[in-house]
Amino acid sequence: MFEEIMNGVEQMNVQLDNALRFHQTALNLRAERQELLAGNIANADTPGYKARDMNFGSALGSALQGRGTAPVALSTTAARHIAASAPGSSAQLLYRTEQQSSVDGNTVNMDVERAAFAENSVQYEASITFINGLLRTMQQAVSGQ
Amino acid sequence: MSMFNVFNIAGSALNAQSMRLNTTASNLANVESALGADGKPYKAKQVVFQAVQMGTAGQGVQVKQVVESAAPGRMVYDPKSPLADEKGYVTMSNVDAVEEMVNMVSASRAYQTNAEVMNTARTLMQKTLALGQS
Repeated sequence: MFEEIMNGVEQMNVQLDNALRFHQTALNLRAERQELLAGNIANADTPGYKARDMNFGSALGSALQGRGTAPVALSTTAARHIAASAPGSSAQLLYRTEQQSSVDGNTVNMDVERAAFAENSVQYEASITFINGLLRTMQQAVSGQ
Repeated sequence: MSMFNVFNIAGSALNAQSMRLNTTASNLANVESALGADGKPYKAKQVVFQAVQMGTAGQGVQVKQVVESAAPGRMVYDPKSPLADEKGYVTMSNVDAVEEMVNMVSASRAYQTNAEVMNTARTLMQKTLALGQS
């Protein structure tokens, strides 16, 4: 009986996981890109620094297919622990094409970086809104109204 | 959680830019100094930035070193000064006030930008923490 319930719980967990996986992956990548862009903005005055970014679409694609660095797995110390893993980084870092060269070799274009940072923030919030919507939908389904 | 790294990165930039502001303040204060702390004419100081790896992807910034400008000092004709050479010239500091003002504006704008980056990251993290609560 107990085993049956646990199996059911596990199955439900998997389903919940699957429902949220896309947005979770997207959110993780957005946070990673935010970090990259913050690094570019921080190094706007560093001589020789090359601005970096990722192709979000292809990074999301490869993350959903499980490519990239090995995922970090949660260690389970008891038989009833539910295994879980967080994906590793799947983003391939690219160098930004320079539009106006500067003498010190720095390729950070503040306008581009600021625009990308703002855009990425909005997209991050959008992902959060989607997840909130999904959770609300599930809550409604569970409460049976 | 990589969003925490944004704080580290922007924080390192705040630190570096405030150091740059510090040297600018020191240079501007000593525009008219004929003598530095070492007894020689004051030399303008400039910070050198260097990128450092922070977290998985992002790179922060640090001040690698503070260099003294090699520009020649301003020569002022003032035979009455005790520092004047045999021709009556006094070597003043080599600070270029215009350059320092530009440096100051650039540093303060960079500081503001990074503070804003931190604010954005904070807002996003708060929204992440409130997931599923509304």
